Amino acid sequence: MYIRATANISPQLSFNELLERPALYNGNRLTCIEPDYTRLIDAKMIRRMSRIIKMGTATALECLNGSGIKMPGAIITGTAYGCLADTELFLAKMIENREELLTPTSFIQPTHNTVGAQIALMLKCHHYNNTFVHRGFSFENALQDAISYMGDEQIANVLVGAVDEITDSSHAILSRFGLYKSNITSNLNLFNTLSKGTIAGEGAAFFLLNLEHSENDYAELKALHTLYKPESVDQVKDNILSFLSAQSKNIEDIDLLITGANGDWKNDRIYREFQNSLFANRTTLHYKMLCGEYPTSSAFALWLASNILKEGVIPNVLLEQQPTGKLKNILIYNHYQGVHHSLYLLSAC
Amino acid sequence: MSAPVFVAGKGVISAIGNDTAACITALENGIAGIGDMAILDSVHSHELPVAEVKLTNEELATLTGMSSRFSRTALLSAMAAFEARKDAGIEDFSRWRTGFISANTVGGMDKTENFFADFLSHHQKGQLRNIVHHECGAATELVADRLGIKNYISTISTACSSSANSIFYAARLIRQNMLDVVIAGGTDALTKFTLNGFNTLMILDHKKCQPFDENRRGLNLGEGAGYIVLVSDKVISTLKKEPYCRLSGYCNANDAYHQTASSPGGTGSFLAMKGALEKAGLEPWDVDYINLHGTGTQNNDIAEGTAIQLLFDPRYPAMSSTKSFTGHTLGGSGGVEAVFSVLSIQQGMIYPNLRFETPMKELPFTPETVFRKGENIRHVLSNSFGFGGNCSSLVFSVV
Repeated sequence: MYIRATANISPQLSFNELLERPALYNGNRLTCIEPDYTRLIDAKMIRRMSRIIKMGTATALECLNGSGIKMPGAIITGTAYGCLADTELFLAKMIENREELLTPTSFIQPTHNTVGAQIALMLKCHHYNNTFVHRGFSFENALQDAISYMGDEQIANVLVGAVDEITDSSHAILSRFGLYKSNITSNLNLFNTLSKGTIAGEGAAFFLLNLEHSENDYAELKALHTLYKPESVDQVKDNILSFLSAQSKNIEDIDLLITGANGDWKNDRIYREFQNSLFANRTTLHYKMLCGEYPTSSAFALWLASNILKEGVIPNVLLEQQPTGKLKNILIYNHYQGVHHSLYLLSAC
Repeated sequence: MSAPVFVAGKGVISAIGNDTAACITALENGIAGIGDMAILDSVHSHELPVAEVKLTNEELATLTGMSSRFSRTALLSAMAAFEARKDAGIEDFSRWRTGFISANTVGGMDKTENFFADFLSHHQKGQLRNIVHHECGAATELVADRLGIKNYISTISTACSSSANSIFYAARLIRQNMLDVVIAGGTDALTKFTLNGFNTLMILDHKKCQPFDENRRGLNLGEGAGYIVLVSDKVISTLKKEPYCRLSGYCNANDAYHQTASSPGGTGSFLAMKGALEKAGLEPWDVDYINLHGTGTQNNDIAEGTAIQLLFDPRYPAMSSTKSFTGHTLGGSGGVEAVFSVLSIQQGMIYPNLRFETPMKELPFTPETVFRKGENIRHVLSNSFGFGGNCSSLVFSVV
């Protein structure tokens, strides 16, 4: 499975900017830097779209443009929260107006499959179209479906991605659950102290997966594995080892480990433990200071890893000392709230 | 890669019954579950009939051993999924690679509605326990944990085709030897959010719906859940019972026409049905019964009907919309109707399309109006088409 193209909209402008000037944030909420959408989407359509739909469809279209493929064999999307802003808008109006005098616009949009549907509509793509909404597995499930579908139907390529947004309400609610740090001065300081809480994030990332290798591929996605509610650290460790051995790899073959550490001391305990044991001496970086924590942030990690392998360089903001030797294999290990664990193995093409 | 996928169990809850046996009785006697709201609290209670499950959250909680604080979506899911698991009769569940792939469109919206009313007045207000299960995936996990399933858990949300896609995905994972046993289907509870949303689109019938009727006025919203237990041939060989049928074909296509309307020619519906038959290696005339999507809206029924005409003319199988009994259970409908399709093969049943009076002038065929049992039903096509152009069809076949 090859990643022929990838695109994202995130709190970081681009991979190149990440190398030169990573975006800095001084609160606990990282917001996407949105592009000029008129470049990709018809202006009339943009006016009718809510923010998450613009982010999702624009990212998908940009990814497709970069792939040189006009019509994908399938469109598969992951989103944990769906179209929150529209949902809130309709809910608020329904409550305030006591279920009277409502207009359909904000109800039509919030169905979770809207982003995937709008991509199909823009491309006039009648092919397979699916949307996964399983919390911290939303993106992983979308990728697993893509891989399974390509295998079952001998489809050459699939456009697959994930998108999630923060709104003022969702941020207020999630803050009340105690998820975020209350006094953080810079996202770059996320790992400086062992304290409770993380920073909120959002983003869209899409990938054009192709069965066949081509000249301009970003990377090869060798394998993907998910683990739900593991009972112990050892079970996670066993899963990592068997995941690698199924690809005829061992820990020493991993040139770079990308972890989902998010700055919450409790959440990050398992990463710390592995860094001192399983992954001791492996070059390691954490990505969530760049995009924040959200259920589909692993899509940002995959975008980051794909770019690192294509460009052969790791942004200094993530790692001061570039590793010696060519980067061949990257392992991504992320977990969302200790419940949804995922592993990705990528290789340079 | 192309191993057969069998249906070994089924479970359903809907407005016409709290389990499979009760639903069969209602189907056989032509008793619809559509009527005045008794549980949902809405200002539209006297103008919009709905198809409610006739159990309160407290009663559902007692029956499932779950908390009545959980979303109704999860409680309905548990009722049907527990029945499906028991019905499959798989002893020693833990020896297999198991999955629970569910679908829904509203998640915990029934509780979120309450939370949000307080939250709107002040962002520090509203009880967090009412929003903690808001996400669609939350309902799936609450039920999966009680089913004892850990290997693979997933949630799909593609509007009205959601649970057909979860069955489709489950079948593929079994065919590809990733899993051995998957409980697949979906659930949705009635909420004010969906009721008012559909009401703004002006596609709700103020009377009991009349799918595929010339004078149809719209759909009635319903609620419920339906799951089937899909297993590999390896699992079937260990069971004391025969499988009900095979899931022989499936296809998902997109209409790519409009966010909430089907194309007049039913492009997506046509592609989904055609693709599912091709996957099953069948010709249109092999189909004995179609469980229609048949919502009762002007738009769906003409699009679906036109697509059927294009694919089946001049030999039409028996067909009906069981939404005339259950209402449209949205994310649950593909699962509920999968159970009815499985029963159709197992017991040779063809269900009536209730309240059908006048044939649609554009179509040369009419739906069934009389319940039949003991027919030789070899292949059933089940349609689920939805917002966002998401169209999926499943084919169930005799073993």
